[in-house]
Formats: sequence, C-alpha cells, structure tokens
Amino acid sequence: MAALLESLLLKKVDNKTVLDWLKNNKEDDRLAFREPAVTVLKQEFVPFILNFLRVQSSQALTHGPATPAKTPSRHKPAAQTQSFSDKRGSRSAGGGAGSRSASRVQLFSPAPSVSPGTEWDAAGQSGSFNSPPFTPGCSPASRPSGADRRSNQRINLGDYMVSPPDVQNSPSFQSQKARRRGGGSMAVGGQGKHGGWRGGHQSDERRSGRGGGGGGGGGGGNSRISEQASPPSVEQLNFNNLEDFPPVGSPISPPASKPSRRINPTPVSAERPHSKPKTCFTSTPFSESSGPSLIAEALEGPMTVGSPPSLQEERELLKREKTKRAQQVGSPLSSSLDPCTPTKSGLRVGSKVTPDLQTPCPEPFKVTFSLELDLLAELYCTCISENLVPNIFLELFFVVQLLTSRSPHTHDEEEQGSLCVGNTDVLERSYLRQVHNCVYFAVKVLENQFQLVSNLDKCTLRLLAENERVASFSPDLRDLLTQAQEGSTAKLSLSVPTFIHSVPFQPATDNRSNFGSDRAFHIFKKQRDIFYEVLREWEDYHKEPGWSFDPALGSRIRGMMSQLTSAGNHSHFARLFLKQLVQMCKGPSVNSSPGDTADADLLGMLGADSLGRLKRLEERLIQPQGVAGPCPPPSFPDHQEFFRDFLQAASCCQLNQHLQDSLCQQLLQLDEVSILSPPSIGEGEGDLEQQDEKQRFTSVLLLARLLAKFLGFISFLPYQTSERPSREIQEAAIALRSKSVPVLDVCAVLSNSMKRRRTILTVPWLVEFLSMLDFIGPRLLCYRTALGKLLLLYRKMLLGRCGEMCYLNKLLMVSVLGWLFQIPVIPEDIFFTNEFTEVAKLEDGITNAAGLDCIPLVDQQLLYTCCPFLGEFRKLLAAFVSGSAAKSGGIIRKITPHFCRPEGHAACQQVTAETAGGP
Amino acid sequence: MKILKERFPNHSQSTLLSIFSLEYQKRIKRTISRHHAPDAIESHYQRYLSEAKARPTAPVLLELANEVDLSPALMARIILDRFLQGLEGGVPSKIVLNSMLKEPSLIPDQMLANNIYQCTINDCCYGPLVDCIKHAIGQEHEVLLCEKLKERNLSFLDENQLRVMGYDKTPDIILEVPIAVEGHIVHWIESKASFGDDHSHRTYLNEQFWSYWNRFGPGLVIYWYGFIGELDCQRDRGILLKDCFPTDIVTLSHAAQQDRLPQEPE
Repeated sequence: MAALLESLLLKKVDNKTVLDWLKNNKEDDRLAFREPAVTVLKQEFVPFILNFLRVQSSQALTHGPATPAKTPSRHKPAAQTQSFSDKRGSRSAGGGAGSRSASRVQLFSPAPSVSPGTEWDAAGQSGSFNSPPFTPGCSPASRPSGADRRSNQRINLGDYMVSPPDVQNSPSFQSQKARRRGGGSMAVGGQGKHGGWRGGHQSDERRSGRGGGGGGGGGGGNSRISEQASPPSVEQLNFNNLEDFPPVGSPISPPASKPSRRINPTPVSAERPHSKPKTCFTSTPFSESSGPSLIAEALEGPMTVGSPPSLQEERELLKREKTKRAQQVGSPLSSSLDPCTPTKSGLRVGSKVTPDLQTPCPEPFKVTFSLELDLLAELYCTCISENLVPNIFLELFFVVQLLTSRSPHTHDEEEQGSLCVGNTDVLERSYLRQVHNCVYFAVKVLENQFQLVSNLDKCTLRLLAENERVASFSPDLRDLLTQAQEGSTAKLSLSVPTFIHSVPFQPATDNRSNFGSDRAFHIFKKQRDIFYEVLREWEDYHKEPGWSFDPALGSRIRGMMSQLTSAGNHSHFARLFLKQLVQMCKGPSVNSSPGDTADADLLGMLGADSLGRLKRLEERLIQPQGVAGPCPPPSFPDHQEFFRDFLQAASCCQLNQHLQDSLCQQLLQLDEVSILSPPSIGEGEGDLEQQDEKQRFTSVLLLARLLAKFLGFISFLPYQTSERPSREIQEAAIALRSKSVPVLDVCAVLSNSMKRRRTILTVPWLVEFLSMLDFIGPRLLCYRTALGKLLLLYRKMLLGRCGEMCYLNKLLMVSVLGWLFQIPVIPEDIFFTNEFTEVAKLEDGITNAAGLDCIPLVDQQLLYTCCPFLGEFRKLLAAFVSGSAAKSGGIIRKITPHFCRPEGHAACQQVTAETAGGP
Repeated sequence: MKILKERFPNHSQSTLLSIFSLEYQKRIKRTISRHHAPDAIESHYQRYLSEAKARPTAPVLLELANEVDLSPALMARIILDRFLQGLEGGVPSKIVLNSMLKEPSLIPDQMLANNIYQCTINDCCYGPLVDCIKHAIGQEHEVLLCEKLKERNLSFLDENQLRVMGYDKTPDIILEVPIAVEGHIVHWIESKASFGDDHSHRTYLNEQFWSYWNRFGPGLVIYWYGFIGELDCQRDRGILLKDCFPTDIVTLSHAAQQDRLPQEPE
C-alpha cells in the first residue's frame, strides 16, 4: 500500500488507474501494479490512505475532538533526516519495496500481504517483543516465550487499558487529547463504561505505534526524540492465529485487530528505573515521567533529548531481531486479516480550542507540495465518494478540522524548507504539517465534496462561507457556499422543552371491565398516580447535582413493581409506560407542520417562551459547548433518560417482557405503514398531500426509531457488560445465545425491506435497535448477517451517483449507518474484513414495487433530527471563529449564535441579550 | 367573627369563615389525639356522668367540651362512643354511631341524647349539621359551575356521568373540548367551595388534582372562597387555580383565528 502511494506520488503509477480501481467495485479488489508480484487490496489501501492523512496532519491538528487522529508525529529536526534515510536503507535491504508500510503509524493496520518485510511476524512470534520498551530493567531475553507468551500478552494488553488515564493526567496530553480519538479521554472519565476498552486500546495503539517505530524499524539507534518523531511502525502480529489473537479479545484485551499496539516508549525513561517487570504496567503511572518529557519535546522542538542508553540498546536488539525476521518471512499471508478501523470516535473530548500562542495565517502562496496534495485530495475524495470509508461524515469532520487547524509552529518554516529538500522519501515528507498545506488540502476536498457539504445546515454553511481561510484559498468555493446557504433551509433542531402531557385515561382500556378484579383495578389506580409522581419528581430534581435516580426513586419503583406483580397488572402498566414514552420523547418536530417550525423557532428566538429560553441560556453558560465529534455513542437524551433509568431501577422481567411484546408489534406495524408516492407533477393539491405524506413519514420514522431504541435496550439489557468479555466467555455466550430466538428477526425485516424498497424507513430504526447491542451481540449469526447486509448497503449507497434513491434519503442512510459502524460495541474490524459481509447478501428490489426509497421523504430537518451529531460541524467552525476573535483581542463568545442568520451577528446578539435580560 | 371582619374588611364573610373553619380544624387536629387517649376518654366520660347527675338540665357536655377546648361535636362523638361501649360491651359500628349523632332521639339515654344534640348544633365546624351545610354549599357551587359552563356553551361531562363510564378518579367536570384559560390548557375543572390554604391544597393535590392531571392532563381548580396566591405555582405544570369562574376563556375555534395558542400542546 505504501508502495502504491509512493508510486503515485512519484508519478510512477497513473493516478487515473488507481482512481478507476477505487471506483470499480465489480471486479477483483486487487490492483496489481509495477510488478506483478505486488498487488494491493482495496480494503487495505483505503485504511492506509486514511491513516496516512491522520499521521500527516497529526501535528497540525491540535484542536477539536478526535477524528481518528493518530500518533502525533513530533518535530522532525533537520538533523534527523539523515536517520530517516538510514532507516530506509536498512529496511529496503530487508524487505524490498513494500516494507515501508509497516514503518508508519497506521490507523488501520495493514494486512501484511504487501509488505513482505513487515514486522508483524516478528512481533507475533517473539513474545519478548512485547515488553522491552516498557521496562528498562527487563531485557527482551528475559521475557518468557512459548507457552507463557500468550498469557503475557494478555496481561500486557490489559495493562494498557488501565494505563491511559495515567497518561492522561500529564498536562502534555491535554493537547494530544484533542487529536486522539475520543476513546482516550473517555477512559479518563470512567473506564468501566461502554467503550471504555476502546479508549484504552486507542491510546495504547497510539503509544505503541511510536514505540514500534523504535523497536521495529531503523529508528532504534536514534535518540529518543527520534523515536517519537519518526513515523513509527506498527508491529503486526499474526492476526490469523486465532489462538493468539481472539477476534474480540479478552476483557482485558482489545480485539485481535490490534494486538500489535502494545509497545509504548514513553514510560521508558531513566526516571523510572524501579519498574517491576510485569506488574509495573498497572501499578506505575506513566505520567510521572512521560508527561514532562513530552512537554519538553513539544516545547523544545528540534532540540533533542537523549534517550536512555538502555532503551537504545534494546531497540538495537529489537531492530536486529526484526530485520532477521523480516528476511525470513517473505511471503504475504492470507488477506483475510483483521485490519483495524480505529476510526471510532468516543465521547466528548475536553479541549475545544487550544489556546494557541501564534497561529500563522494560512496563505495560498506558502503551500508546498501542491501537486502531491492535489493527488492526495483526489484519492481521498474518491474514497469518500465511493463510500470506501467507514463514515463519510467523520472524514468530512477531519477535513473541517484541517481547515480550522491551528498549527502552533511558526518558527520552523526554514526548517520546513530544509525538510523539503532534504527528505527524499516521498512518504516521509510532511505534506500536512504546515497549516497552509492543511487548509489547501481541506479546501480541495471541500470543493470536491461540495454536494455533500451543501447539504449541511444553513448555519454551518454560513460559517464555512465566512471562514476567511476558505475565502483566501478558494473564492469560488466561498461563492458556492454562499449560494448554497441561501437555498438551505435546515436549522439545527433544538430539543424543545416539551410540555409534558399525561396519557389520557381511556374508559375503553382503563375502566374496571379491563381488569380481572376490583383489587387489580384499584391497585392500578394507585400505580398510575405513583408513576406520575415519580416522573414529576424526576423532572424537578434530576438536574440537581448529587441527585441520582436509584437512591431517590428506586425503592418506590420497585415497590410499585411488586404490587404490579401481585395484581398481574403488567400489561396495563406497560401500555401506560410506552404511551407516556412516546408522548414525551417522540421528537420535537413531529406535530407541527413544516411551516410552523420556522415560526415557532422565530417565536422562541424572540423570547416568547422566555423561561425556557432562559433555562437554555443558563445551560449554555454553565456548560459551554464542547465539540464532541461526529460519532457520539448512543445516548438517551432528555426524557428518554427517565424511561431508561426507570427500567433499570425497576428491573422487572415481567414488565420488560410485556414491553418487548408491545414494542415489537408496534415496530412491525410502523414498518408496514404505507406512505403514498407523490402524484404526477403539476397538480397544485399534490404538493400539499405530498407535504402531509412527508410529515407522516417523519412522524413514523421518528417514532419507530424511538421504539426500536427501547426495544434494543430492553432486549440486550440482560447481556450488557461494562467491559468486553474475554474470548472464552464470548465463545460460550455465542454458543448459548445462538440457540434462542432473537426478539426481532432483523435479517428478515431487512431483507423484506430491501425487496420492497423501503430501506429509508427500515434502516434508520434498525440502526437504533442495533446500536443497543451488547458486546457479544454483533458476533451472533443473526446480527452479524444484519450488520453485513447493512455494510453492503452502505457501500452501495453512493451519494454521487444518480440512483433511484433521492440524495437526502441516501444521505440519511449513509449518515446513520456510518454512525452505527463507529459506536463502541460494533467491532472495529467490521468495515475492512469479510467477516460480516461474507454471511450477508443484498436482496434486489422487486422492480415493480413502489417503494419508499425513491420518494423524496427526507429533508434537512429530519436528517438533523436523526443525526444531531451533524451539528458538530457548526460547533467546530464556531469554535474556530471564537478562537480567532479571542486572538485578535475580541471576546470569546461562549454562546454561539445557534440561530445565525443572514441578518448578521448584531441581531443575534441583541436577541441573546434580550433573552438574558427578560425574565 | 366580628373582630375578623373588622380586621379584614376586604374579604367576604364566607372567605373569612372558611379560613376560620380551616384554622379551627387544624387546631383540633393537633389536639384531638390527646382526647382520644383511653384514659382521657374515661375521665371525660366520668366527668360528664357526675356533672349530668348534679345538674340534669344544664348543657354539661357542651360546657365540658368548651372547657377542655375540644369541638363539641367531637366531644359528643367520644362520649357517645364510650356510652355505647358500656352498653353493648363491644366497639359500636360507625354506622350506628353516625346515625345516632345525626338523630339523637335514637340514643337510649334521654339525658345523653339532649347533651349530644346541644353539642352538635352548637358546633360551627364539625358535626352532621356542618357536614350537611358544607355539602350543600359544595353542591351549590358545582351547579353554579355547570351553569356557567352552559352559559358559555361549553360541553362537558359531570362526575356522575364519568362514574358510569368507569373512570377510576373523577373531577367535578371534564370538558369534552379543552379550553384555554389565561393561556393554559384546561381539560377538567374541580370546584372547591372552601378557601385554599397550603395545608388543604397540598392534601387535595396529592389525593385529587395530580390524579386528575395524570388521567386528563392539565386542568383548573376553582376555590370559590379564595386561596393563598403563592399556591398557584403549578400553572406551567398543568394545575391552574382560580377563585371564580374564569373570564379569559379561549376556545378552540377562537384559537384557530387568533393564530396558535401560546401553550398549545405539542
């Protein structure tokens, strides 16, 4: 892969060939180039490209949350160029053209097929490889090998998971946090949480990547700083060996896809001579030594700090070992490896805008490598357009991050120049290190992906159009954006604090004749009142600090459940519960007609509902907007939280069963709902009817998504674990659970929907359902198949191609699917392996079926309601604006004008002021 | 009462009376347990017996009640209860007790019957007579409410109709088509022919109003004799308090003309 990219950059391979290859999904996935022996798999090349860009830009991106940013490559002092070429030399001797691939930090670890000289094998086979960089006191030779090896690996991997928080403590990581995927910081917050493991092994990956550079490549002999600065290599373990690397990993180990990331050079310093060989990983915080040293590096830049001699020795040793291995192992192994998709973004990341001291103003004439950047941009855009990336919005977010990047370096331009000259390796050049280049690249991509961009909300478009960087790099793009902004209608759907309504008493279902006995009737009378009492109490107190659900309400709820059980009233209560859930959580825009939403918004803006506005303002002030990234984990916002907590506190299996029955039935009914296609064009009345149908579709879709989420929640509740279970437990659980019938036949629902071309309704709610899966769920055949199907569907759903589906319909599907592939419980390797797709196949639609997919049902409002994370673009851009304002002496506006309108800021601010002053 | 009227000339007599009655009830509730203790009952009973013997024509029981600061009607109930226990041995049924209080001529002891009767008619807050008055006032206001609604051409279901339909908890009135009062949606109306003080309002909220809300959504409570202003704090939550029939009523048909209601439910 690296070789392919290198050849491209050197113009040895025609760009067009590669682009065509990327676009073509019919033929073989392989591309043979240059020499017949070297072929590249698409599913390896794409992650490589993504990875390459992340690494390239890691230095420039110091703000915003984490797109799957990777190991930050530090300064590359000019002095090191030499060592780089040394490294190259030594490596090419070992492994030939492809070998370099392994020397880079890879977001997606490459399959070794192309790189005969990679170190995966070395790492996989020598257990000793795991530890040395960590433990100066423990020589590689002292590492047990053979039978003990595996268990050691486990321990190490597990230890990693514990370590990130430690690392996080060090101040120097504050800035890195932003660059890293959210996982790391998530681990700080609470490691036991969903996805905590991911956080763990992400940073693990990051650090080990760096260490690998030293251990595996030619960097071993260099000073410590060079270890960090060089594009580190990733040790590839033998993924194929399922014994060694279980696919989903033990509770302490991340999935097999990443066993390689275990080497961390940071703690290896002279300051920690007392580390114990094994236990030190968990017991000794890394931060003590790593923090300051990293800061030092960051500050001192090219000034190199010498690395401890012991480390150097080890690296040397390892290097030798590796080279040896590399020579021994020449043939690529099978391609069905598990590359990683560590593109998953976790929870919110703290730092929003790093206070930069000096950000050079990006200027077009300072761009270097523009030809290569063009080429990279084209490659990258093709990957995006062809849905070869797991989540297009994640990539778009990354691009916007590049656009708004604030490279803290201004002083090293000369150095940059020398780098350009000195660095002969096309892949080692820092294409995206300078902010000029980043912006250039970002603008290129945005231009190319304009159609996608133009479907973002009005405010985002406005912020983009007003971005001075866009204006200076591409006035054309700015004009297009301005135009698009005028046509755009979507506003971010604010979650309107809805007035709670109770479920009306219906004599038909609620009077005495519906109950088995007077007693049951009277008990239910009380229970209805208790339920609302609990709800009201929750409303009043749940936002107060120190209040928590279970201690406050748990016993009352459980008392109620035992009463329910004794009276056999579960079905009645389940109905009440669901009705109330729907009433409160169905979504903000459902009942109002499209014309009204604007008015209501305007009204709200002017402070009609002043109390609500004030509250929102207060929330803003208390909790300034953080940019959370485009892939938030599944959540239960607003009142949904009450219902989730209620179910958890009640933990009443009878109630859950009744709810499941009811949810399933309602969902399948909703899924069958008939929406009329638009009548022939030209009828005035048709428009209105069409609006009604669209409205109805919106309502049905939002309702189905809500119900599906709760069905998923209840169904997978018994299997939820805070951590990913060990491989053994997983195997046992899979065997056990594959015998029982799943609550919902997702595959059948999906197939049926595809056949009847109703995926636009079915897929969004199925995604909600599947987002509630437990860790083992995705491995069960039924869900594996469903996920595989969804994956195939995603790949097929190319936005750029005119298909029968409307653009926004496709955009919604791509967006929700992309989100699903990024959430913690979905295995990371899903996107770049065959494991899921091999069991799935796509059904062709029945040609004469008048499905929903071809009707323009989705509008921006619905898109943003279903995918609130699209609002992150706006936040990122707004943060950039406020950041620049701060820099130029302005005030940081904590309240971003979320209702940015063409009228301008003045109006916005005025409104804000009024609202604030009002009540 | 006269003193009260002089002190608060702005309030109607019935309001003052209602407040007085509530305060009196509160005081009685605080002290009643003292008189329900078995030894207290016994001592009251013995005092009544000895005094009645000494002065057969005097209203001894009434005097006793005033002396120990207990509502005469309640004193009558305690003594009667004790008397019946002595007569039959067991605990007398409530029905018998109540009917005797209502109709003292049923009491086998002539002297006791006289005393009981004196007590019940001389009690302004307790006893069958007061209950009867209260009930009548309540009915009167319910009828008043119904008439007002009819005047406004609002269709509604009353309590009795609702019971027949099998509702488990019923306010006085359910509007078949909701209205808006001062910008708040009203589905039901409860009439209270009393003054709304914090104590009684809290009790009503827990036992009645929230239950109505839980079943019928937001509604209106009319305290015909007024209420403490601060209690009307649940408006946004769906319980509106008024001291008279509202004048600012918006019906749905009007709403259509006047743009949307500010609080139209979503």
